[in-house]
Amino acid sequence: MTVTLKKIAVAATAVTLAMSLGACSKGGSTPASPAPGGSGASGAAASEISMWTHNAGNKDELAAIQTIVDDFNGSQAQYKVKLQAFPQESYNQSVTAAASAKKLPCLLDIDQPNVANWAWAGYLAPITGMDDTLSKYLPSTVAKYNGKTYAYGYYDVSLTWVTRKSILDEFGIRVPTIDQPWKADEFMAALKKVKDSGKYANAADIATGWTGEWWPYGFSPLLQSFGGDLINRTDYKTADGVLNGDKAVAWATWFQNLAKDGYIAKKSGSDPSQDFMNGKSAFLWNGSWTAVPVREKFSDVVFAPPVDFGNGGKVGGGSWTWGQSAQCSNPEAAAAYLKFASADKYVALVAQKTNNIPTTDEAAKLVPGFEPGGVNDVFRQYSKKFTVMRPETPGYPYIATAFEKTAKDILNGADPKTSLDALVKDINTNQQQYS
Amino acid sequence: MATTVVTDAPASDPVRRARRTTVRRTAGVGWAMLAPAAVLMIVFLIIPILLTFGLAFTNARLISPVPAKFIGIDNFVRLFGSATFWKSLLNTVIFAIVIVPVQSGLALVLALLVNAKVRGTNFFRTVYFLPVVTSMVVVSMLWLFMYQQNGLINALLGRLGIVGPDWLGDPRTALFALIVMSAWQAMGFHMVIWLSGLQTIPGELYEAASLDGASTWQQFAYVTWPGLLQTRTFILITITIAAFSLFTQVNVMTQGGPLDSTSTVVFQAVRTGFQQQQTGYASSISLVFFVIVLAVSLVQRYLTRDKELKR
Repeated sequence: MTVTLKKIAVAATAVTLAMSLGACSKGGSTPASPAPGGSGASGAAASEISMWTHNAGNKDELAAIQTIVDDFNGSQAQYKVKLQAFPQESYNQSVTAAASAKKLPCLLDIDQPNVANWAWAGYLAPITGMDDTLSKYLPSTVAKYNGKTYAYGYYDVSLTWVTRKSILDEFGIRVPTIDQPWKADEFMAALKKVKDSGKYANAADIATGWTGEWWPYGFSPLLQSFGGDLINRTDYKTADGVLNGDKAVAWATWFQNLAKDGYIAKKSGSDPSQDFMNGKSAFLWNGSWTAVPVREKFSDVVFAPPVDFGNGGKVGGGSWTWGQSAQCSNPEAAAAYLKFASADKYVALVAQKTNNIPTTDEAAKLVPGFEPGGVNDVFRQYSKKFTVMRPETPGYPYIATAFEKTAKDILNGADPKTSLDALVKDINTNQQQYS
Repeated sequence: MATTVVTDAPASDPVRRARRTTVRRTAGVGWAMLAPAAVLMIVFLIIPILLTFGLAFTNARLISPVPAKFIGIDNFVRLFGSATFWKSLLNTVIFAIVIVPVQSGLALVLALLVNAKVRGTNFFRTVYFLPVVTSMVVVSMLWLFMYQQNGLINALLGRLGIVGPDWLGDPRTALFALIVMSAWQAMGFHMVIWLSGLQTIPGELYEAASLDGASTWQQFAYVTWPGLLQTRTFILITITIAAFSLFTQVNVMTQGGPLDSTSTVVFQAVRTGFQQQQTGYASSISLVFFVIVLAVSLVQRYLTRDKELKR
């Protein structure tokens, strides 16, 4: 009896092991991707393609995307799209793993700054035959690389200086407009007045406590407003001169002095909007996503345009976009979906659910607040007027992380010129492989 | 229940016979038992290490359409010329040198305290062990709040009239802050190890010592301390290895900053390999790290073994 028991135990262990190994060898393929070559089955059943999104944690956006997918599946009998949602934190790793296992889904969403990298790596197939539709999109929502379009997005966000009319009045600061934003001197004088009053823990909060993509997204527009840039955009081969020239050094020195002179915290709190609403800061540099909560708290919010530091105001651009993979067994189905899903009503749907800037004029009319003259229309105008895309080069992920580290070092007192020179050297080395 | 007992009893005879006759089957069972661990070790340890050796001499990328090329020792030339690497290595060494005695010492004190025969020791054992079973990420987040300029620690210091620094924001205090927090988190684990060591020392030795008139300190120095030799070796090695692989706290709390003051070798390798996608370069960092850890372990093994032989 005990022998049998032991045998069973051993057998069970062996089976479990075999199963877990089997699961391992299949790797990241757990999301049910269609059988390879499934496109041939054009008989009775619709051929199914899969679509991945990073939206597992964003209920509203996921529901909007699911609506589009359901509409598409209901509109015709030829193709069927199956939506798979991933948590955002592990989404990029999942795609990278799937790509190396040649198991990419037909359709996927991509954070815009990654598009060039993934297109260069051969993950993505260019989108063709949609130029007419996409010409009506905000340029920052159409992701291009090497002259080809690889993805489009439903919305964009803009950056803005959030403050209150009552604060501006109290300190005698002019209310800026899109045509006449604050100039550098004017803005610094305003910060000084606020700081000298001692009423705020920090005159400004630029969300230095956040980490990751916020640094290049939020702070490289400031650099560009000074006249510098992350890379020379004529051929994307070198950052020499633009990222360590006089103008870039001027930006870095200004950035460092913001903290040194006590205008901002070297490391702000984890929720800068909340701190602003609690009266800890008078100016908040943040994305348009902050509009909804801030407006609920204050009736006199001012969403000021980016400050002009000499080269005009600048904001970042590009958000999540949709494209098709190069490993798709049924490209026609993917293309059909992308065409179907680009309609204005879907742009409006997703933008409304996410409180973001709808990419087309027609859709903007459908989203409350974003219609011309609406409360959120300023963001759309800022986006149209001030957007500078993050460099559309495969080297961007490297540039982004290297820039974050250097900017943090500078904020903490590293010598601006030396740090920027080192950064330029690293970026140039990394860019070599793409030529 | 009852039926099981009845059926089990007569079944034990055939078992013995089976055992005598088929040694091979037992060996097979042994291999089957070993297999899960062996497979996991090979797949997740041996193969990656071998891959690291190969990749370190190439320009392999995490994402790239171009196959990796052999580039000789370029990665190492770049690595040894990198200020961040030397700073990371220095931080790692400082961290290890400070935390090994501090953490093991405090853990021993705790173990001696909770080993006392008083009521409520189980309560204290549990309390001291709690941080160990809490996820390091959670602990890091909590300490992140406590270390803030206006956080709990500075508020307490403020009561004493001391203006606390911005612990994690100041290059002079950041590494120290990480050391304190790491020692606090892992102390409970080593307390339990010490405790198990303490409880293997026979009570008669203490009785004999006290009959001979040994003071408490003498009892510790001549009975407890020598009795903990094996435990000591184990703790020394585990803390050293854990110290060298410092990563989670850095990743959650400081991301290596400010000014590289908390960057560590493992953190640099992960950052380079995953965020910056430079697999080849990250492999060369890992390879150098592997050699260093191997050297340290060999030295430790040599030193501890030497002592055992002398005794």
